[in-house]
Amino acid sequence: MNSVQTAVSQTSSPKKSVLYDPKVRGIFYQVVLVAAIVFLFYVAATNAIENLQRAKIASGFGFLNNTAGFDISQTLIQFSAAGGTYGDAFVVGLLNTLIVSAIGIFFTTILGFLIGIARLSKNWMVAKVAMVYVEVLRNIPLLVQLLFWYIAVLGTLPQPRNSLEMGAGFYLNSRGLFMAKPIWGANISVIVAALVVGLVGTFLYRRWARKQQEQTGRQYPVGKVTLALILGLPLLAWIVLALAGTNPISFELPRKGTFNLTGGMQILPEFVALLLGLTTYTAAFIAEVVRAGILAVSKGQSEAAGSLGLTPGQTLRLVVIPQAMRVIVPPLTSQYLNLTKNSSLAVAIGYPDLVQVFMGTVLNQTGQAIEVVVITMGVYLTISLVTSFIMNIYNRRVAIVER
Amino acid sequence: MSTALDMPRFVRAKQVEALPPPNLARGPIAWVRENLFSGPFNTVLTLVVFYLLYVSVPPLVRFLFIDAVWTGSDRAACRADSGGSEAGACWAFIWDKINYFIYGSYTISERWRVDVFFALLAIGVAWLLWLRAPRRDLGAVYFFWIFPVVSYILLTGGNADFGVRFWIGFAIFGALLIALFAFVATLLKTSLRPALIMGGGIVAVIGITLALVDIDFGLAPVPTSLWGGILVTLLVATVGIVVSLPFGIVLALGRRSKLPIIRMASVIFIEFVRGVPLITVLIMANTMLPLFLPGDITVDRLLRPLIGTALFASAYMAEVVRGGLQAMPKGQYEGAMSLGLNYPQMMSLIILPQALRIVIPGIVNTFIGLFKDTSLVAIVGIFDLVKTIEASRIDPNWAAPTIGITGYAFAALFYFIFCFGMSRYSLGVERRLAAGQKR
Repeated sequence: MNSVQTAVSQTSSPKKSVLYDPKVRGIFYQVVLVAAIVFLFYVAATNAIENLQRAKIASGFGFLNNTAGFDISQTLIQFSAAGGTYGDAFVVGLLNTLIVSAIGIFFTTILGFLIGIARLSKNWMVAKVAMVYVEVLRNIPLLVQLLFWYIAVLGTLPQPRNSLEMGAGFYLNSRGLFMAKPIWGANISVIVAALVVGLVGTFLYRRWARKQQEQTGRQYPVGKVTLALILGLPLLAWIVLALAGTNPISFELPRKGTFNLTGGMQILPEFVALLLGLTTYTAAFIAEVVRAGILAVSKGQSEAAGSLGLTPGQTLRLVVIPQAMRVIVPPLTSQYLNLTKNSSLAVAIGYPDLVQVFMGTVLNQTGQAIEVVVITMGVYLTISLVTSFIMNIYNRRVAIVER
Repeated sequence: MSTALDMPRFVRAKQVEALPPPNLARGPIAWVRENLFSGPFNTVLTLVVFYLLYVSVPPLVRFLFIDAVWTGSDRAACRADSGGSEAGACWAFIWDKINYFIYGSYTISERWRVDVFFALLAIGVAWLLWLRAPRRDLGAVYFFWIFPVVSYILLTGGNADFGVRFWIGFAIFGALLIALFAFVATLLKTSLRPALIMGGGIVAVIGITLALVDIDFGLAPVPTSLWGGILVTLLVATVGIVVSLPFGIVLALGRRSKLPIIRMASVIFIEFVRGVPLITVLIMANTMLPLFLPGDITVDRLLRPLIGTALFASAYMAEVVRGGLQAMPKGQYEGAMSLGLNYPQMMSLIILPQALRIVIPGIVNTFIGLFKDTSLVAIVGIFDLVKTIEASRIDPNWAAPTIGITGYAFAALFYFIFCFGMSRYSLGVERRLAAGQKR
């Protein structure tokens, strides 16, 4: 190739202008781009400095240590208007975002898989109902759905004195969902220890079982033993302790007063609305992901499994699901990310998530737009990048090895 | 041998009566048995679903239609204590406020301009989306140039009143630009004509645009603070698509570029925008844009979220277009290069027409997402449909228990019709493209 080119250039008479060299042109374009970006940033920065000075707004991250002076309705850590700083408010908001996302991801996965499988059901009725669910929920903006849940459904709940009693210590009223609050006793550590022992035991047992299977081909009941170790061991410890008269967990039930319910655990209506909205909305997308994933496993795979003599259950568990998961997991993760990002719509209904607390209240009080925006976006960006990094590792592990 | 002799024993002597035909092989009852009650599990499932439908559908129908209040001029119609009905949706409220939901507070005598905008938008969308429409290239010119300019003049009233100094400045700028093109052409030793045509074309397009905006058509100016409702919702969505498609293509080409800095800049922009929620982008546009501009320039309050959504949509569009570019077989690139086409020619004549065609469903899906996301501008205080409903909901004239739910039902219906229609369209295109692939 190279020799041909030199031969051509030697024979062809006029030497081409250096301006036609793709390399030179590439460098030129890139220099122009860099210059434009630098110029843009320079103009923005000088203007920002000038505007901030004129508005007498301090810059830098020192404001994080100032006293916040406002209350937050849901705090997972100690936070008070008097003592909490803006930094604490940030942590509170971040934790609220994370908890609603985590619980939402848990429920939406279950609901999404159920509906996705229902869409493929041979039962015409079930399939159609699942399809209607997906089409309706997917085509209405999440914001409208959230406002609907918050204002139209939860807003019509009765006053605390007429709370709806749902049994088992659950009450529902306009101030949210009330339920029994667990109170950890002194020897809760025993149960925690039992759980740790269960987890370690499961890990060791699974390793041993796999080795045995690889060497001898014998299969051991991994699933049952895992369940027994992780759930059964702490439960056993609890029962033994309770029989010994030192119950480590007791429940505080909410009591009905004249005007309000006291005691117990209160879950804000904003939280309930956000969770409901996020879960049902994302489930519609997950259902489509699951459906596509299962359809992507070619029919020959299950036929082959059948001809090997696997039962339908085994076919599903050992052949179809592992291959479907390869297709499902990447878009599923991006749905999880979407749910986390969409939890920022909390600001519309007043749930104190990161955006509402930090980009809302803190930004308005301090006026330090640049710092607040950078921190908030940084948090979401970090979550996204870490997730996609883990995803890439997973993808590399499950990708089909091609020769 | 003996077996042959025994054979007659096994042959029947008498005719056996024919079996009755399988009575339920087809027809509605067979269909029901096969699809709904094919086994105990399926039967239970069907019954459960029937029960769920029985619990949910009749009350919904009753609320939305049978018990609904259709006429009335104030809250009395929808309040039980003043002789109205609270059992159903209060459509009278929607009917009473419909103009506010469509136009916001847009000057009443000028609302025909909004109607014309809707009509122009419908023409543009139909022209672009109808795959067999005549002269779709002209359609693109219409949608990405003429339509935005005309809409801007219609909605704001135009008459920007630039003044003489501005036009002198523009003339100098234009002359410089054409001179620059000519200079580059002589530097590269190519013919002067195409360079002059190109430079002149760019100057002409910008000049005509500015001139149109500058001319006084006698339209009364309407400040953007009065705009609202479906007008703003459609406007945000339209600006989003008009900006994001070209910008997204540029970003996608940048991401596929071989030049490292250009590629890096595109990747950083795309991944950054895709990694953060839209609401943070909107708040950033709202609070930081005024900071970054010189103190004496103010940005219109409606323009800020428009910029935010347009940037946001561009990043997503870029990923869709990149999918199309990657799906192009390498032979297409090589074929274009072997014909001696340069990069812009290769892209605009060979690659993009094919790549964009493949990703039409993806583009429409992005657009559905964008359309739903426009509702978020309500959070930063723009009066789109959701915000106008929010504002009307607390109107004391219409204080009734069912107002909130009716308002959101209306919004849900509006978004559903648009998004569902678009998703059906994209499914249809997908099927058509697949039909071409199958053969």
